[in-house]
Amino acid sequence: MNTPKPKLAIHKFSSCDGCQLALLNLGETLLELPKYVDITHFAEAGPNNPNAKVDIALVEGSISTPDDIERIKQVRENSAYLITIGACATAGGLQALANLADREAWMAAVYARPDTIETLSSSTSISGHVKVDLELHGCPVNSQQVIAALADLLAGVKPVSERQPLCMECKRKGVVCTMVTKGEPCMGPVTRAGCGALCPSLGRACYSCYGPAETVNDGALAQRLQSLGLTTEAVARHFLFITSGAPPFRDAGLRLRPPPLETDE
Amino acid sequence: MASKREIHINVPVLTRVEGEGALEFDVVQGVIQKLNLRIFEPPRLFEKFVEGYEYDQVIDMVARICGICPVAYQMSAVQAFERLFGTDPGPWVRDMRRVMYCGEWLQSHALHVHLLAAPDFFGFENAIAMAEKHPEAVRRGLRLQGLGNDLITLFGGRSVHPVGVRVGGFYKAPAQAAVADMVKQLEEALPQAEALVRWCAELDFPHDEQAFTSVALSEPDEYAIGSGRLVSGQGLDIDISHFESHFEEFQVSHSTALHTQLEGRPYLTGPLARLNLNFRQLPKPVRAVMEDCGIHFPSHNMFHSILARAIEIHLVIYEALQLLKAYQRPATPAVQVRPRAGTAFGCTEAPRGFLWHRYDVDGRGDIRRARIVPPTSQNQARIEQDLCASLESFGLDHDDDELRQRAEQVIRNYDPCISCATHFLKLKVSRR
Repeated sequence: MNTPKPKLAIHKFSSCDGCQLALLNLGETLLELPKYVDITHFAEAGPNNPNAKVDIALVEGSISTPDDIERIKQVRENSAYLITIGACATAGGLQALANLADREAWMAAVYARPDTIETLSSSTSISGHVKVDLELHGCPVNSQQVIAALADLLAGVKPVSERQPLCMECKRKGVVCTMVTKGEPCMGPVTRAGCGALCPSLGRACYSCYGPAETVNDGALAQRLQSLGLTTEAVARHFLFITSGAPPFRDAGLRLRPPPLETDE
Repeated sequence: MASKREIHINVPVLTRVEGEGALEFDVVQGVIQKLNLRIFEPPRLFEKFVEGYEYDQVIDMVARICGICPVAYQMSAVQAFERLFGTDPGPWVRDMRRVMYCGEWLQSHALHVHLLAAPDFFGFENAIAMAEKHPEAVRRGLRLQGLGNDLITLFGGRSVHPVGVRVGGFYKAPAQAAVADMVKQLEEALPQAEALVRWCAELDFPHDEQAFTSVALSEPDEYAIGSGRLVSGQGLDIDISHFESHFEEFQVSHSTALHTQLEGRPYLTGPLARLNLNFRQLPKPVRAVMEDCGIHFPSHNMFHSILARAIEIHLVIYEALQLLKAYQRPATPAVQVRPRAGTAFGCTEAPRGFLWHRYDVDGRGDIRRARIVPPTSQNQARIEQDLCASLESFGLDHDDDELRQRAEQVIRNYDPCISCATHFLKLKVSRR
């Protein structure tokens, strides 16, 4: 008879649910998935066994509550291979912007009784808390990235992760450079490839939703952006955006705009 | 007998909803004593961190509030800035944004109807299990969902957090050939949408009429999606900038999502509310199928929400097709934008209901303060009210498991998108 299928779990932490859609948006391929894996936990789709032992865990979202810390440790213990998907899980997400500000004041500005809500003072990546076997970047990750990683693992090979900057992807696709030809403030030179050069293909500058590439020359890019007419503050905002929790971007942004963040009135 | 039983039901994780929430209720002597829909999605404080960012960046930031309805967030924000700046992007942009929005309704509704809600009606644990017995229905749903995603991708490059919309228009107009291909796909999908409406009309709906107020955007000449005045079944009819004088948000201890009330009472927003208020504006072919199936609106049975979504799927495929058949690639996809200081209001119909934004903007176009009111937090008070009524009418003498299942089904009628519902606003003290 068949050997048992590998078990797969999809876990969610603080996020928009957009990376899980890499699976839910597969269309009819979604119905093929159970031929290859046994989906034990995927609350949004139905299966609900968060504590089952699995071969592969996909983790979406960032760590932002005391309960999250306990939960991710449990997930790690139960999972042979742990893959983080998306900017929240790999870098704390857009909500990591709160790490740079006075979070308590922000909570008080939003909630009448902030004391009734348990949160940590920061939103952090999964790898800040447990060992991660593979990180898939992107806000959101796309279906190809997730399926390619799963297929590699099922075939018994180590998945490869993208490291090059977006500029390489533009060149490979033959997309005209928005910075050189239109003077657009493009983050492509410091951003990890993998999206398919979406924004430059539409004629707009990359805003770095895939986070920092393996090597980042932020100083040179900051200078170039300023020479295009951006203020220092505007350049800082380009680094402190979707993945402000990724160290190369956080450090680059804070060099340009020392904390604390500008506050209201 | 039942009146003596004390029941404590605790559903720790609601499956087949987006985001994470839980439900707790106590029944004492046959009456529901305490019922809490707990939402524990951690706060992400979106309204605070858009402060200091520039208007076009905000379009990409607010998309991240929800992976299921990013287009809605982008459209409410873009409308707000264009209203404030006095930017008129013209009829081509208006029509194409409506098409893109149709794509989001289509993918979100098709996902909900087939993957999240239908298994309840057929008694399956989930859609994958349901697909074994009803493969054609589930496959049709996934194809429609995929078509919705393709429609968003046509204008935005990808369907989750698309990158095509900017203040003033779009970054790029789709090529004529890509649009022609989409027209062909929409034509093929039209009979599938009709079949879906007929399929939903045959479902076995529980009888559960309840009194509630529907609220939705309304336009004089079309089924409102991307603009309109806020109207209710009880005579409300206001410009969106007057929202704060009629609606109030407040924090409840059991949820990280704020609750919203209209003049001190819960209300409904979403597909059923829209159909209740705007069904007369459905295009003729859509109405014809409804009449043929004996479907009538308005309805005060929340279980008809799945039917309302099916009808809206038919509507958006029809609308997108009409608009794209007339597609002409414009000379330029966007107009010039001149930011100015002031307060910007935007409101559009997200798949789950109306989505209201307010931004205080400075002269450079940077955000000073923001307020965002998403549909799920608006519906929370109504969901709790509905649960009390519908569980009592279902019969509290059902066993715990049956009660839990019914409660989950009631909640799924609202298609709560819990990740959306968890950015909140300061309690406003002023009433009316």
